Amino acid sequence: MTGSNFKDKDMQAVIGWVLRLGVIISMAVVFIGGVIYLYRHGHTIADYKTFSGVPEFLQTPRGILNGIVTFRGRAIIQAGIVLLIATPVIRIICSAIGFIMEKDYLYTGITIFVLMIIVIGMFTGHAG
Amino acid sequence: MSVIVFTLIILVGAYFAGLLGSLTGLGGGVVIIPLLTLVLHVNIHYAIGASLISVIATSSGSAAAYVREGITNIRIGMFLEIATTAGALLGAVLSLYIHAPVIAVIFGVILIFSAIMSLKKKVQVISQTESEWAQKLKLNGSYPTAEDEVKYGVRKVGGGFIMMLFAGIISGLLGIGSGSLKVVAMDSIMRIPFKVSTTTSNFMIGVTAAASAVVYLQRGYIDPGLSMPVVIGVLLGALTGSKILVHAKSSGWLRWVFAVIVTVLAVQMIYNGVTGKI
Repeated sequence: MTGSNFKDKDMQAVIGWVLRLGVIISMAVVFIGGVIYLYRHGHTIADYKTFSGVPEFLQTPRGILNGIVTFRGRAIIQAGIVLLIATPVIRIICSAIGFIMEKDYLYTGITIFVLMIIVIGMFTGHAG
Repeated sequence: MSVIVFTLIILVGAYFAGLLGSLTGLGGGVVIIPLLTLVLHVNIHYAIGASLISVIATSSGSAAAYVREGITNIRIGMFLEIATTAGALLGAVLSLYIHAPVIAVIFGVILIFSAIMSLKKKVQVISQTESEWAQKLKLNGSYPTAEDEVKYGVRKVGGGFIMMLFAGIISGLLGIGSGSLKVVAMDSIMRIPFKVSTTTSNFMIGVTAAASAVVYLQRGYIDPGLSMPVVIGVLLGALTGSKILVHAKSSGWLRWVFAVIVTVLAVQMIYNGVTGKI
C-alpha cells in the first residue's frame, strides 16, 4: 500500500490544482464578457419571463467563437461558462490518467464509464 | 427593468445566497431559484440553468481545498458518480417534459427536506465493519485529523448507490447540488464519517451538475446574461462565507434562520406551483 499511497497524494494535488485553475480562468472570462455585455446592452430591457431559449449564435461552438472574435459580450460569457462546465470533466480525465499510473484498472474502468455517461449527454442533448 | 439594474439586483441576491449557503451547508441554489422565479419572475427553466452553473463553480472551488487536504475519498466519489451522472442526465431530460408548475412543487418539497436535514445534529460514528462490496471496490479509507489517521469502513454499497441515483435525478431536474440527499446516502446508509461524506459529496456535485449542464447548454436553457451575475455573486458569497466560517464559533442560530427562510420560500414555490402561477 505504501507505494500506491504516494501516488494517491499526487493525484489529489493535480485534481486540486485543475479545479482551482478551472474556476479562476472561467470566472475571469465570464467577468470580462459581463463588462462588455453591460457596456453594450446595459440599458435595454431585461426579459426572462417567457422561455424562448438563448439566441442562435450562442448555441454552437462556431457561433460562440464567432462572437468572441466580434467582441460580443454574451458569447464571451458563454465561453467562460463552457470552460466552467469543462472543469469537472477535465478533473475526471485527470483521475483516469492517475488510476492508469497507479495500475488500478478497476477504477480506470469506473472513471472512463463516468466520462462516457457525460459524452452520451453531449451527443444526445439536442435530440429527443 | 433595464439590464444593468436587473444584473445588479441578481448580483447582490446571489452574493447573499452564496454566503448563507456556505455558512449553513445548504448550497446557494436553494435560494437563487426562488429569488429568480418568485421575486424577479424569471422563467423557471432559465433559473435552473443559471443555478446549475453556480453550483459547478462553488463545488469546484471548495472541493479543490478539501481534495488537497486528503479528506475527500476519491474512490467513493468516482464510484458513486456513476449513479449521480446517470441520474443527472435522466433528470435533465425529464425536465424537458415535466411542466414548470410540477417542477416548482417538487422543488418546494426538496427544499423543506433540505432545511430539516441542515438542522439535524450530526453524530460522528466511525464504522469499522466493512461490507464485501466495499472491499471489492476499495472504498474503505482513512482521513487525517490533528492527532492521527482515522480509518473507516463502508457499508451498504448498493443502498447508497440507489440513493445517489435519486440525488442525481433531483440535481438534474432542479438545477441544485442536492448535497443533502448525497449526504443521506453516505452518512445514514453507507455509514461514512460525515467529514468524509460532506467533502466527498461536494467533490461529486461538480461532475453531477456538469452532466446535466451539457444537456441544458444545448437546449438553450443557460442564458449568459442571467448566468453571469448569478455565478459571480454566488461564488464571491461562498468565498466570504468560508472565510467567516473559520473564525465563527457557532453557526447554530444561523442554521435556524436559514432553515426558516428556506421553508417560507418552499411553501411559496409549492403554492405558486399548485395555483399555476409559475
